[in-house]
Amino acid sequence: MAVITYRDALNRALREEMRRDDRVFIMGEEVGEYDGAYKVTKGLLDEFGEMRVRDTPIAENGFAGLGVGAAVAGLRPVVEFMTWNFALLAYDAIVNSAAKIRHMSGGQFTVPIVFRGPGGSALQLAAQHSQVPDPWYANIPGLKVCAPATPADAMGLLKTAIRDDDPVVFIEGELLYNVKGEVPDEEHLVPLGVADIKRAGEDVTIVAHSKMLHVALQAAEKLSAEHEVEAEVVDLRSLRPLDLDTYVASVKKTNRAVVVEEGWPVAGIGAQVVDDIQREAFDYLDAPVARVSGLDVPMHYARALEKIIVPDADAVVKAARHVCYLD
Amino acid sequence: MATKVVMAQLSPTMEEGKLLEWKVAEGDRVEASDLLAEIETDKANMDIEALGGGVVLKILVEEGQTVPVGALIGIIGEEGEDISALLEEAAAAASVASGAVEPGFPEEADAVVPPAPPEAPPPAAPVPPVVEPPHSKAGESSVTGTVKASPVARRMADDAGLRVSDIQGSGPGGRVVKRDVEAAIAAGGTVARATEPSGGAAVAHAGAPSGPRRLADETLEPSQMRKAIARRLVTSIGPVPHFFLTTEIDMGRALELRKALNARLTGGKIGVNDVLVKVAAEALARHPEINASWEGDTIRRHGSVDIGIAVAIEDGLITPVLRAADRKGLLEISTEASELIGRAREKRLLPEEYQGATFSVSNLGMFDIDQFTAIINPPEAAILAVGGTIEKPVVVDGEIEVRPRMRVTMSCDHRVIDGATGARFLETFKAMLENPLELVL
Repeated sequence: MAVITYRDALNRALREEMRRDDRVFIMGEEVGEYDGAYKVTKGLLDEFGEMRVRDTPIAENGFAGLGVGAAVAGLRPVVEFMTWNFALLAYDAIVNSAAKIRHMSGGQFTVPIVFRGPGGSALQLAAQHSQVPDPWYANIPGLKVCAPATPADAMGLLKTAIRDDDPVVFIEGELLYNVKGEVPDEEHLVPLGVADIKRAGEDVTIVAHSKMLHVALQAAEKLSAEHEVEAEVVDLRSLRPLDLDTYVASVKKTNRAVVVEEGWPVAGIGAQVVDDIQREAFDYLDAPVARVSGLDVPMHYARALEKIIVPDADAVVKAARHVCYLD
Repeated sequence: MATKVVMAQLSPTMEEGKLLEWKVAEGDRVEASDLLAEIETDKANMDIEALGGGVVLKILVEEGQTVPVGALIGIIGEEGEDISALLEEAAAAASVASGAVEPGFPEEADAVVPPAPPEAPPPAAPVPPVVEPPHSKAGESSVTGTVKASPVARRMADDAGLRVSDIQGSGPGGRVVKRDVEAAIAAGGTVARATEPSGGAAVAHAGAPSGPRRLADETLEPSQMRKAIARRLVTSIGPVPHFFLTTEIDMGRALELRKALNARLTGGKIGVNDVLVKVAAEALARHPEINASWEGDTIRRHGSVDIGIAVAIEDGLITPVLRAADRKGLLEISTEASELIGRAREKRLLPEEYQGATFSVSNLGMFDIDQFTAIINPPEAAILAVGGTIEKPVVVDGEIEVRPRMRVTMSCDHRVIDGATGARFLETFKAMLENPLELVL
């Protein structure tokens, strides 16, 4: 197995799928000549040419809508947003067009499109460029939503997303592009809607996804080394559909749960996960489920305040100790 | 090393306490178990004692002030010791406590645990919990009869045949959590609730293997018919479907017995109520089906006959419990009852002294009440309401005689007791009172 970056894993997924299926094409701002704002599409223009790697104007609603039309017409577009913050302009194309056409046409048309780009906070990008869009899309029936945390999952999920006949919102982690990890040399597909246990443990279940998976794993190591608590870390990987079977089974084993997300607490992904747990695992709970999320405020530009707003491993450790009645 | 004196949880339902009186002043030297303060709880006035020695460095709560359970009320340490860290902690806690949070567990109400700020606050001064009061009782509320327990703890206790109410909770507010049930199972299911706060008189109770407890509780599977009776009757009158049985008892011989005994006693006197408690206990021992509780899926027959004696007190009512009353003699019952009743009127009962009765007796005879019905105190299955003993004409062997007569009415939980069952118990009760020599059998 090769050890490659999350960025290169996405690049490999795109390349493999474009080689496999000539209906697959890429469209977005600076995806061609510039190799992509985050270099995810590096080298693709050279290999596949201008017909399949299209630079677009700065007009998100326009090229997202164009992608939806191309998908309905039989192509398999991958639309890159420079970040998901800019995709707010394309929300109508994604939510009102892509997510609805299959339903409103009575199944006559499917929309096999992938919208992808980075989400979440990075470093001092301030309120408008640090948002976590996960719940905005996970709320919408008709969409599938992925948020991979590791290079292998990023590659496997993107390939599956491109092959899926429904629109997939693929949210990458802006700070994850340089994360390295083992990726299988052979073809690697990860099913949508299936979570993954990234660390086994007996005492508490930590549910997380994307960047927060790494925070959760860091917390789990601290809990083990300093607090004699063995945490089981569940990586959601897909946010719609959620794999409640996996995290409910884990909570039934550990009796305690901490649900972590980078975004805002109100109506967040964690709210849904907690709801599933309290309903499906009520008789197994030893403590109210704890949530760790970003603070309920617009992201601040100041570095010190940004650090306070985004959850860190200490916050997860504190919540885990709390549900284990160790405080 | 300075130690904290905190508002102890002195009853299971206590959420805050009012500081009635400080027994010490700043600068006083105290030894272990010295009286520190008198506290008014929701149930009684109780004392807080020092668990260790030292000098009272700071008193943080004034007399008359009410503070939540767990709040720092004073500091004990050595003269000249720096207690600024503890004082800061107290000030911080006071500002947190203004929110609607559970005592001692302020994060509970937060939906979101915020990440730690970049500069972590200085760690709290290392304070050994020497003067911390003993942990709270399991969170049983005598008002609702519910016990705070996590769902998995409840399920594990059920599977193991334990009652969560018998297990000491270590979670916030005395919540029984998984580790408590695991400990109880490991100990063979005999880990009882904590016995009592420091300084209290020990009362054998709830699963203690020694003492006057005669038999273990027995859990019975109700028949389908019994389940149907329970289900149907609750829909009519609920949640405890009462019915009432009244009988009139000739008290002549019982009064003679009492008079004869009292004539030989130098100290206290045996009261009519003591006789009633003794006879009720004896009758319960002979009719264990009355000394029982409905527990939803099962019926519990209590191994011990623990009789609650309803005592009217200022602005309320409390029922001190006479444990293992069937195993005690009249004199012992009389002495213990008058002591309990005395302290009940002073609101000085410990929680375990007024909880967990298996049957109650309520007597309004002294108020010239002929007859009344009492409300069952769950999870007991019955209560006996006793009216006054009145001279009245009755027919005895075809002649009209004036006899001292007393009417009693038993309220029964129909889920546990049927009319005939209750009637047989009352028959025994009445026969024993009318022929008190039966007591020696």
